[in-house]
Amino acid sequence: MRHIISALVENKPGALARIVGLFSARGFNIESLAVGETENSEVSRLTIIVGGDEAILEQVRKQLGKVIDVLKVQDISDDSFVERDLMLLKVSAKAGKRPEIIEIANVFRAKVVDLGEKTIMFELTGPEEKINAFINLMRPYGIKELARTGRIAVLRS
Amino acid sequence: MKGSKLIIEALRKEKVKVVFGYPGGSLIPLFHDLQDAKDIKFILPRHEQGGGHMADGYARVSGEVGVAIATSGPGATNLITAIATAHMDSIPMVCITGQVKTTLIGNDALQEADITGITRPITKHNFLVSDPEDLPEIMVSAFHIARSGRPGPVVIDLPVDITIADIKTKLPAKPTLPGYHPRYDPNPKQVERAAEMINKAKQPVMYVGGGVISSECSDLIKKMSEKGNIPVTTTLMGLGAFPETHKNSLLMLGMHGTAYANLAVTNTDCLIAIGARFDDRITGKISEFAPNAKVIHFDIDPTSVSKNIRVDIPVVGDATKSLKKLIPLLKKSARKEWFSQIDEWKEKYPLAYKGSGLRPQYVIEELYKLTKNKKTIICTEVGQHQMWAAQFYTFTKPRKWVSSGGLGTMGFGLPAAIGAQEAKPDHLVINIAGDGSIQMNIQELTTALANKLPVKTVILNNGYLGMVRQWQELFFDKRYAQTPLKETNPDFVKVAEAFGCTGIRVTKKEDVVAGLKKMIATEGPVFLDVQVEPEENVFPMVPAGEAIDRMMGMT
Ligand SMILES: Cc1ncc(C[n+]2csc(CCOP(=O)(O)OP(=O)(O)O)c2C)c(N)n1
Ligand SMILES: [Mg+2]
Repeated sequence: MRHIISALVENKPGALARIVGLFSARGFNIESLAVGETENSEVSRLTIIVGGDEAILEQVRKQLGKVIDVLKVQDISDDSFVERDLMLLKVSAKAGKRPEIIEIANVFRAKVVDLGEKTIMFELTGPEEKINAFINLMRPYGIKELARTGRIAVLRS
Repeated sequence: MKGSKLIIEALRKEKVKVVFGYPGGSLIPLFHDLQDAKDIKFILPRHEQGGGHMADGYARVSGEVGVAIATSGPGATNLITAIATAHMDSIPMVCITGQVKTTLIGNDALQEADITGITRPITKHNFLVSDPEDLPEIMVSAFHIARSGRPGPVVIDLPVDITIADIKTKLPAKPTLPGYHPRYDPNPKQVERAAEMINKAKQPVMYVGGGVISSECSDLIKKMSEKGNIPVTTTLMGLGAFPETHKNSLLMLGMHGTAYANLAVTNTDCLIAIGARFDDRITGKISEFAPNAKVIHFDIDPTSVSKNIRVDIPVVGDATKSLKKLIPLLKKSARKEWFSQIDEWKEKYPLAYKGSGLRPQYVIEELYKLTKNKKTIICTEVGQHQMWAAQFYTFTKPRKWVSSGGLGTMGFGLPAAIGAQEAKPDHLVINIAGDGSIQMNIQELTTALANKLPVKTVILNNGYLGMVRQWQELFFDKRYAQTPLKETNPDFVKVAEAFGCTGIRVTKKEDVVAGLKKMIATEGPVFLDVQVEPEENVFPMVPAGEAIDRMMGMT
């Protein structure tokens, strides 16, 4: 099963390397990892999507908690949370295809952020399923480049 | 205050009496000022790895934080094996490594190595001092992290310009460390549940590891065993945590443990692990380890719990605090059947060896007889000799046994013995070595002599990398690839003499006792080269990955 782990980490040099190193050394399987500053510039939030059974997840949580720069670890998979992923996607869009591509994008509320002679770049945020659905629909047109931030998540109040 | 002086002040604050250090360009300012600190002894090893193991051996017998210092680049990389050794065995150390100037970091400057990067997976924590004003907090944090919770080595990577910077910030009384809160107090509910389960158990076993030594609670282990009437087996790291002369002792368990310890663990209905981590040399085949047991696990490190073995009742906390709460709840029970079963096993499968000639086990037995009434510390290298020392020396007190358990580092014993001798000048410190291992840090004989640390080394010289040869004999058709040493070994007596120390050779069984006596009576460091039966094996033995009750050579 996949779990969403949310961790608060002190912004110390090496902190991220320590966490990534821990995952590789222990053979944990990271699907996605996103890091960014929180409201407190000395603290970052790490959102990690990790797969494995309950025993592995228990180790992941405990090993993360043991890292001295880590302030808090939560497995939020079972709670109610908001998750988002941000994607930039450049798709090939010859003149004739543009209207239908933009029509699909509108349904997804993807934003056009760049328009070239042969390509369009979209920005899309949302939960993972939405992003994946959009990617699948763009595929037939020819995806040129794609970048995703990885998922971030915060508990609802 | 100048950086180097601040470091010295921090060492004083942490009550450091001795540092093991080796100079180099990045350390000149620090060593310049350390020269004036007459209250901090400086020991110069002949290799940084040796210095690291000395700090480790010092820590193992004293319980204090060992301090090693090495210069940037090759000095620091030479420390790596010593750091990893301490990390695997949870030994408190602070290692200071010199580093190139902060402005040169990342430039591939002369003698630059990314030491925080290299040591990240083998330290409890590490620091690169990039701003001089961070140094006070880092110094205090490093010692605190090293010695608290589950102890371990901490590296401080120290650019040379930091050591000459003028630092305004003062040493804090306590570190800040908002993300570090080792748990000492156990959950009382868990302790109660554990007590209930132990009281109900018909065939309990206590399985005791190095955590009990770190937590200094071997007296409580004895109380618990006696009050609850529970047999006790220890790991290699736990030797001395429970007197092996006690009727409840099962001696060591695991790959080369006693058959009766392994049988007891296989048949127990309640396995009580205390400060031990269920590593593969203990469990053998996991699926058949203690198959009928409920497992209770006392440990200060939550990541040790349910890592290799599913635990029914975890009790996270300091073993001392947990056992103090637990013992009053235990009920006395005769457990007659269990003990008579154990006695039967003890009778049937004693630790023993056969054959005439000069057997290495005999040397250890005689050594024990000659030293049991003296304050003695036994250190070892790694190999067969280490296992024979563990099996045939009788340990009754904690911190008298110094051996690289988790990493199994050949070359550990001699420098660790030197560190141990520095910590305990009134003890007889004996390193039990193999002819292979002793050559790995043999240069430290100079350090022993130069610092008047009269460690004795018994070389159980079998002319082989014996432990590997044993596996080749048993599992690889006796193909002794790269393990014979006899033809090329140096003359260890002459080697000792060349170092200015004493060398003694024993080649016959009847000369063993006299040789040992002479070694003990000789002042200064000694090599006792005992030429033992070359192809003796360590038994009993659980083949790797087998269930622990399926042992070769049970009698
Ligand atoms: C640094 C290091 N290298 C290699 C090994 C693998 N190893 C384990 S035991 C052993 C043989 C040790 O030989 P010796 O010191 O003569 O001891 P003996 O087993 O003969 O008693 C070797 C090579 C090790 N443990 N450590
Ligand atoms: Mg040998």
